[in-house]
Amino acid sequence: METEALLDVTLEIADGEFVGIIGPTGSGKSTLIQHFNGLLLPSSGKVWVDGVDLTHKDTQLRQIRQKVGMVFQYPEHQLFGETVLEDVGFGPRNMGLAEEEVVERVRRALAYVGLDFAELKDQSPFELSGGQKRRVAIAGVLAMEPSVLILDEPTAGLDPKGREEILDEICTLHRERGITVILVTHSMEDVARLVDRLIVMDRGRVALDGTPVEVFRQAETLKELGLGLPQVTELMHELKAKGMAVDTDVLTVEAAEEEIVKALGGQR
Amino acid sequence: MRFRNLTIGQHIPGNSVVHRLDPRTKILGTTLLIVLLFAVNGFIGYGLVALAIAGVIHLAKLPWRYVIRGLRPLLVILLLTVGLNVFLTEGEVIFRLWFLTITREGLARGGMMGTRLVLLIVGTSLLTLTTSPIQLTDGIESLLNPFRRLGVPAHELAMMMTIALRFIPTLLEETEKIMKAQMARGADFQSGGLMQRAKSLIPLLVPLFVSAFRRADELAIAMEARGYRGGQGRTKFRELRFGRIDAVAIALLVTFTVVVGVFF
Repeated sequence: METEALLDVTLEIADGEFVGIIGPTGSGKSTLIQHFNGLLLPSSGKVWVDGVDLTHKDTQLRQIRQKVGMVFQYPEHQLFGETVLEDVGFGPRNMGLAEEEVVERVRRALAYVGLDFAELKDQSPFELSGGQKRRVAIAGVLAMEPSVLILDEPTAGLDPKGREEILDEICTLHRERGITVILVTHSMEDVARLVDRLIVMDRGRVALDGTPVEVFRQAETLKELGLGLPQVTELMHELKAKGMAVDTDVLTVEAAEEEIVKALGGQR
Repeated sequence: MRFRNLTIGQHIPGNSVVHRLDPRTKILGTTLLIVLLFAVNGFIGYGLVALAIAGVIHLAKLPWRYVIRGLRPLLVILLLTVGLNVFLTEGEVIFRLWFLTITREGLARGGMMGTRLVLLIVGTSLLTLTTSPIQLTDGIESLLNPFRRLGVPAHELAMMMTIALRFIPTLLEETEKIMKAQMARGADFQSGGLMQRAKSLIPLLVPLFVSAFRRADELAIAMEARGYRGGQGRTKFRELRFGRIDAVAIALLVTFTVVVGVFF
């Protein structure tokens, strides 16, 4: 039995964008992102990365996979090295880099995710805490220094502090190094706060594509898909329904506060 | 790489007479077949066994091509056995080419061995093809039960088999996922010499073992949480029952085995 996991998807993601992908379970999010680095190839249609056609038989997919880094769900399940250095260095070593360069990249990658190289490099990744394992695994992808980073629910199963920190680190990477980030998540709050552009998937198709404000204006469509709005946006919608003159294009608590203060006549 | 079309212990559901037989009858039948195949010496006997197997395949309404395809993984062993017998048996030489000699005795022996192996593989595969894994383990548990007094952990063995079978697809899925993740980090599972390929499996096998142990732990806890305490006092939803068709089948099987085994 064959199902069409993706159908009629046309997308262009520009250099340096921060894109969020949301959609109900089984809508094709994970399938879609695996096409971005050639782990899956489309049965019909094309995928281009930096002008290279991934479906062409001469394409070196290993090179593409260095350029497009992919962090899978629960990436700590793929740890295997005896030491953190060995594990994080796996990608760079596969690229054929010299040992000094590998070590240097491991140092940098661990720094991106807020871990200390000197302290951890000789430890076994299996002895670390859950949050640290997750970071080491993410560092394993960052060590290849990809120009595009895809993350499939990178914060699933972490505590609130861990979630916050990892998202902040990703944000910093995007801001300071200008890498393109594609984030698959179920958290409306996260996408509202972080991304420039939001793609909503439904049953293998792109249902909505736009800035978070534009997408969250389609509250009805999102609810039909079994998705929701960020809580603050939901609040603003309800205040407006109760007759308060507020703008509903609000995605963060700070903006909501400002909007409510304004509607109340400017006094706190 | 594709793991999905692996055909270990494949089961084809159906509602034929063979499917409806008690699993214990089928296990007994398979055992008799194995004994018979080693007792029989001569092509008439093999012909009769082949006919019987063909009859069962027909009764079970199994697709012929599917059954024959089960031979493919064992083709190398099959060819090796036949080849060694044909070329290395001493006797009346009928053909000679360089260092290869074929003797009349060798040809006969090779043919016999080949037929025996083919019948063995096809015949035993009928058991798993017509019996669901659950029925099969229930049958084994029930057959081992009398030996419990001798210290054979019948229930535990059956439970282990059930769990192992249940986790084959899960582990295959896990393997695919880990392979993808390591490929995303530039791993290469396909090229290089034997040593290098074996080494390239470490990033696959280590996480796979870790996750298998984790799963085992989780499963053990989940089973205990649901009150599992081994086989003691456990009742079954599907009770095994010998029916009339089982009596008929066993009578036929035993008669056939004795007649063919003794006379051919």
